[in-house]
Amino acid sequence: MSNLITTTAQYITFKLGDELFAINVEQVREVLELSQITRVPTAPPYMRGVVNVRGKAIPVVDLRAKFGLPPVADTVNSRTVVMELELDGETTVVGGIADSVHEVIELEPGQINPPPKIAMRWRTELISGMGRRGDDFIIILDINEVFASQVAALVDSAQATEANTTSAA
Amino acid sequence: MNRQNPAQTFLQEAEDLLGQIEEITLEVQPDAPVGESIHRLFRAFHTIKGSGAMFGFDTVAAFTHHVETVLDKVRDGLVPVSRELIDLLLAARDQIKLLLESAQTGAAVPTEKGDRIIARLNALLPSQALVAPIKKTPASANTGALEVFKIHFRPAADVMASGTNPALLLDELRALGACTVTAHTETVPTLELLQPDQCYLAWDITLTTDKGLNAIKDVFIFVEDTSKLVIQPAGTPPPTADTPAPCATPVPTPASTPANVSPAAPAPAAAPATLRKLSARDAVVRVPSERLDRLVNLVGELVMNQSRLSQLALSADVPSLSGPVEELERLVDELRDNVLGIRMMPIGTTFSRFKRLVHDLSAELGKEIELVTEGAETELDKTVLDQLGDPLVHVIRNSIGHGIELPADRERAGKPRHGTIRLTASHVGSNVVITIEDDGKGIDVEAVRAKALEKKLISPSTNLTEKEVLDLIFLPGFSTAKQVTNVSGRGVGMDVVKRQFDALRGQISMSTNAGKGTKLTLTLPLTLAIIDGLLVEISQDQFIVPMSIVTENVELHRSERGRLNGRNVIPVRGELIPYVHLREAFAMPGEEPEIEKIVIVRHGNERVGFVVDRVLGSHQTVIQSLGRFYRDINIVSGTTIMGDGRVALILDVAGIVAHAGQQPKTATDDPTQKAFTN
Repeated sequence: MSNLITTTAQYITFKLGDELFAINVEQVREVLELSQITRVPTAPPYMRGVVNVRGKAIPVVDLRAKFGLPPVADTVNSRTVVMELELDGETTVVGGIADSVHEVIELEPGQINPPPKIAMRWRTELISGMGRRGDDFIIILDINEVFASQVAALVDSAQATEANTTSAA
Repeated sequence: MNRQNPAQTFLQEAEDLLGQIEEITLEVQPDAPVGESIHRLFRAFHTIKGSGAMFGFDTVAAFTHHVETVLDKVRDGLVPVSRELIDLLLAARDQIKLLLESAQTGAAVPTEKGDRIIARLNALLPSQALVAPIKKTPASANTGALEVFKIHFRPAADVMASGTNPALLLDELRALGACTVTAHTETVPTLELLQPDQCYLAWDITLTTDKGLNAIKDVFIFVEDTSKLVIQPAGTPPPTADTPAPCATPVPTPASTPANVSPAAPAPAAAPATLRKLSARDAVVRVPSERLDRLVNLVGELVMNQSRLSQLALSADVPSLSGPVEELERLVDELRDNVLGIRMMPIGTTFSRFKRLVHDLSAELGKEIELVTEGAETELDKTVLDQLGDPLVHVIRNSIGHGIELPADRERAGKPRHGTIRLTASHVGSNVVITIEDDGKGIDVEAVRAKALEKKLISPSTNLTEKEVLDLIFLPGFSTAKQVTNVSGRGVGMDVVKRQFDALRGQISMSTNAGKGTKLTLTLPLTLAIIDGLLVEISQDQFIVPMSIVTENVELHRSERGRLNGRNVIPVRGELIPYVHLREAFAMPGEEPEIEKIVIVRHGNERVGFVVDRVLGSHQTVIQSLGRFYRDINIVSGTTIMGDGRVALILDVAGIVAHAGQQPKTATDDPTQKAFTN
């Protein structure tokens, strides 16, 4: 359920590969450099483990793996975006690892198109809109929806992942 | 200061009182003489009525009034204590609870039920014409004879804040009989210090009355907990003595002094032995549990920081630092124990709830069942206790529904008509062990097996021991009830119970004896917040094993691995103990060292070893939940932050054993794998 964006808001942009993504800043608590991640055995691969964020153990998700993109090694630019989600009515904090985090931008509703229904490489129900900035397109994620589905691959690889991406639990 | 809404305070108080009422009522035996229990019941209902009216719970007050009326007659011996009365008191208690809840939620409560209770209560009252005391008890020997009481009453300074006017209490006393009131004004401060909403006065009252001690106590019923109150019988008045004139001034004049002893104070030395101090109740502070939870969280963070500090002090190698750091460690440990201790509550509060359950359900099913409880004083963390009630209710319902037979059947089997359910709690190490035992017909192991086959939970070729068959009961969708009753067998069964206990990191085991009964044993950790842990390391990752289940550590040399026909077992003092190689089970990278360590832990009645690289030592573990993203992971029960800021996982024995049992490599018919099939 991608809600249509009707107000001007600020977004944090980050990159996975060549693609630029954005999350509403209201859902981002902080951006951290990678710290030591404790792996949780038997968890699915996209769950990288848990990290200590000021005394609290926070789960971290590899956004590439979560979105079904090929894995790359962590670099000095890799960042953990600590997000606050609303899942099943409870607030959950989760960190997402991005290749790099760029800037905070402001987008007006006029700068945002609804996600195209067809010919998209990305699963539209996880996207709240396509932001335009100059010649760049920014994929604005509905981050609650992304994490509500257990194994959501963002890349719609010929509907193969359809079974996994049915809605939230 | 945090001022609570007074109505909220009343609701809390009423809830406590309703709990007391239930407990006391269940203790009262029919046809027993009127004892202290009835007086306590009367006072409890009276308080609910009075406070209820004061805070605007008029329906509650009106309803409770009827109960009080009947109890008053019971107190006077005019109405016998009957089974009907006991049932009605319980029904009335439930009705009051409903009314209170509806006052909070705004939902309407149908009045018919309450009216029916009132009608039945009124039917117990003797018709006015025929009233004659049936029997008199010492406490109710109050009519007729004039007695003199000396009363010292010092209300709490904030008594007016709770809506009580001490002057009105004095008026009430005057209504009981002739009295002299002397005020103590020495604590009244000078005008600039005087707070108009505080009470600075105390009174000495000499009361001559024929209404007895209870009537006086009733006057002070709302303030006795907070006031200093001494009521002292002072014998009978001299027959010719002038009855002291009632004091005409409701508010004492400053001129009156303690020396101004009333002329009617007779026989000063009379019966000091009966002096009763009502204010000497245990001083208890009521604190909302969120505040305690916050305190526990803070202590958790303190423990974490302290262990970080200890680690730094160790590496800094400054000798003068080690003293204070050790001292701090000791203090933090003590603080932790104390704070966790505050949250400990006796399990008895939960037990009394079950008495009611057994009382109601056995009547409904026509069974005669007695609930025997032991170890009600055993203490458990409140958070554990709160989550314990529901699963235990389910277990006891099962015992009543399936376990205990009908009285006739029991007699035929040569057993007493009365079935017994025994509920015990005790501390074993850092665990609480709760057992629920009934002397019913036991569980038909063959029927369970057949049912499991029918439900395709096992295949016909599976060879299971009796214990393993019993464990099938905990599988989802298993319920052997042939008949769906109100009591049990609604599809949700022991699997729900097991899940709830799993969430408490508890272990559950069952044994049964055909014809003799069933016993369920639950082992629970004392607290969910901070535990003693054993820190272990596998390929640079650290893990915590709860110390409470660790029995010993042994070494595993590479040459010993798989020596017993490739099976993962190791002989430890004559016993073959199966072990799980955690590096393999967790698919962790790296090569194991030449000599590994096996941490041997208790798992149910068996022992299991976990192979790790190194054992690092004990560690105060502040448990944090893994959160919803890892809720399907059962090999760890939580996480903790280490002194160096890293996150360590707390291992879950049952989860690891189940996980190891699922792995294709170890899932064989090998009898030594039995331990893993739990």
